[in-house]
Amino acid sequence: MNQTALHQTLFVQSLDLACGVFLLTAVGVLWRRELSALVRLLAVQGAALAAIAGLLAVHESSTELAVVAAVVAGLKAVALPRLLRRALDRSASESVLRNHLSGSPAPASTPAALEDKPRRYEACPPPCRRDDRLADRTAVPQQALRRETRPLVNVAASLLAAAALTLLAYAAARPLVALAPSPVTRAAPVGLAVVLIGFFLLATRRRAVSQIVGVLLVDNGIAAVAFLTTAGVPLIVELGVSLDLLLAVLVMQVLTTRLQAVFGGTDLDELRELRDS
Amino acid sequence: MMTSLLLYVPLAAPALAALATAVAGWRRATAWAGVTAPALLLTAAVGTAAVTTSGRALTAGGLLRADALTAFMLLVIGAVAVVATWAGVHHVGEELAAGRTTAAAARRYGVLVQAFVATMALAVLADNLGLLWVALEATTIVTAFLVGHRRDRASVEAAWKYVVLCSGGIAVAFLGTVCVYAAARHAGGHGTAALDWTFLIQHAHQLDPAVMRLAAGLIVVGFGTKAGLAPMHAWLPDAHSQAPAPVSALMSGVLLSVAFYAILRCKVIADAALGAGYTRALLLAAALASLAIAALLLISQRDYKRMLAYSSIEHMGLVALGAATGSRLAIAAVLLHILGHGLGKAVLFCGAGRILSVTRTSRIAAVRGLLTEHPALAAAFGLGLVALLGLPPFSLFASELGIARAATAAGLGWAVAAAFGFVLVIFAALARHGATMLLGGPAAHTAATVADPARGIAPLAVGLLACAALGLVLGPLQPLLHAAATLVGAP
Repeated sequence: MNQTALHQTLFVQSLDLACGVFLLTAVGVLWRRELSALVRLLAVQGAALAAIAGLLAVHESSTELAVVAAVVAGLKAVALPRLLRRALDRSASESVLRNHLSGSPAPASTPAALEDKPRRYEACPPPCRRDDRLADRTAVPQQALRRETRPLVNVAASLLAAAALTLLAYAAARPLVALAPSPVTRAAPVGLAVVLIGFFLLATRRRAVSQIVGVLLVDNGIAAVAFLTTAGVPLIVELGVSLDLLLAVLVMQVLTTRLQAVFGGTDLDELRELRDS
Repeated sequence: MMTSLLLYVPLAAPALAALATAVAGWRRATAWAGVTAPALLLTAAVGTAAVTTSGRALTAGGLLRADALTAFMLLVIGAVAVVATWAGVHHVGEELAAGRTTAAAARRYGVLVQAFVATMALAVLADNLGLLWVALEATTIVTAFLVGHRRDRASVEAAWKYVVLCSGGIAVAFLGTVCVYAAARHAGGHGTAALDWTFLIQHAHQLDPAVMRLAAGLIVVGFGTKAGLAPMHAWLPDAHSQAPAPVSALMSGVLLSVAFYAILRCKVIADAALGAGYTRALLLAAALASLAIAALLLISQRDYKRMLAYSSIEHMGLVALGAATGSRLAIAAVLLHILGHGLGKAVLFCGAGRILSVTRTSRIAAVRGLLTEHPALAAAFGLGLVALLGLPPFSLFASELGIARAATAAGLGWAVAAAFGFVLVIFAALARHGATMLLGGPAAHTAATVADPARGIAPLAVGLLACAALGLVLGPLQPLLHAAATLVGAP
């Protein structure tokens, strides 16, 4: 095997490795329930995405793509996970404060305490609703606030759904692969699979932070499709999109804090002020 | 050279007004600067229209471009923004006087509204599908805090849903953009230029049909989310009902149509690559779904701001019906409809804001006898409803007729019949709710007396006059509409 062929093989193998990590982190997000674990997985996924861009930059010896890879690494592996972690810490410290103020000691993290309690506000007539919620909130241990306690779809079913969505992604991405078949474009369905998993997360998780993670998964997936099919969108567009994403996550982080302040939690089931009739 | 400077004015004027408000806070001077900026935008739009009506296009800086369609959209943005910011001067002044908002919140409001106008102008001026996407996503970001302005439970909930649904939805359009880019690169495009309108239109027939099919579907769903088309409309009633009235006016009057403008631009390319049948089917489905949803939810509506929001979904449905038809007449009618709806909805949302500050309730049943209590305000609101119902002399009458005629001529008679069946239901529902609010004796609630309820009526009257004038004579708009429709419409 000559030198170039060896390089080519090495390139394809490392690219496939990066794509594999990229997809696995998305599946991992469905599997884990601790919100902090989701943020860690997201950072790893950002690094895998940057690796994809970096490998392509080396392969095509493109400085533009190298710049993009650096931007992606800084934004998606470092900055955004840090923002999310701050949102998590803030909500956790606030709940500790509330527990403290209400006089109840922070409960021990027994496994039983982590189990989700049945909470039925509907059964309670309007005047007592707020108090009920307050009492309930102080009883929820700090750790439970940091977990996705009740996803609409359980973990096993979520993982099956991820498998189905990956198959769907391979079917849907056929035209894109057929446009210019190569080892690189053949990996593009991985990006699409992550987009679909991101939407699945958005639809089935009920914590604000999980939803932000869902939006970020969708975005990572689209970026991966762009890198693998076209070596990335043009630089000016990429920079604009990155800026939008950073601002959007900042906005969502601030809104998470406000949700916490007005609803006393980031469980999106609480959001039912607005509806028709 | 001088003429391409016209393209910077719509971006620079609101940006400067935002800067002034950021530095000096919300004062009399900066509030009026906030009205001057859209007025300058409108002037620049008239200038751009004068140049582009002949079919010429202006370019600037390699990323901005204006043709007749851009000029028309700039006119819409300018006209609606003048009404909304003018009404906003009184709205914020009154909120400040009543202690319902703080100086810091007013400053933030002033900055964000101007940024909102600037990003919408950027969206229609962008020469590039990628940049258009960036500008549209930026509108979501700058409006998020406007929707959540009051920071109470309802508005924070609305802001959260708005950001998550719109960011997620519009991401789908970005995936479509990536697909278009892949097809364009395959057809010989390079770098940023591969996403330019001129390149895409020239090479549309070389774009891979299978990829374009995927791309067009994703783009219609993605930008359709932002345009409030059913079934992706879930964020719209919440956001429109919670945002401050002038912001609702801008969101309903222009933001939805700017998102629809993106669909129109992409439709030209997709139709050249795929034939007209594909986008027609997608848009027809969205049109009928939107009309049906609006009809169903308007009948039992109890909140008048939500009522106006559902009426926006209805009108975007009609716009989608016209776009699905795709003939030149249909597109001209669609554009006229966008302008008429923008003006009418701006008047109505700003009027609803006044009603809310006079009565302190947004429930339809709680607002009664408005005509005897506050005749000027009630007249403006009532006339706005008449405009929205598509009655003459307002321009929505002419444009709805145009859309129906064009669609029937294109063999879509069944769709017209279904659509106008829903419109009839909506007509009855709106008329009944309107009558509840306007007619009858004074309501039982003791209205918190406002210093002068007739204040702030002027912008509403101007908006109504413009909408009525458009219905009677098109005047110099006619050639511009024709030129813009030629760019999108099938011959």
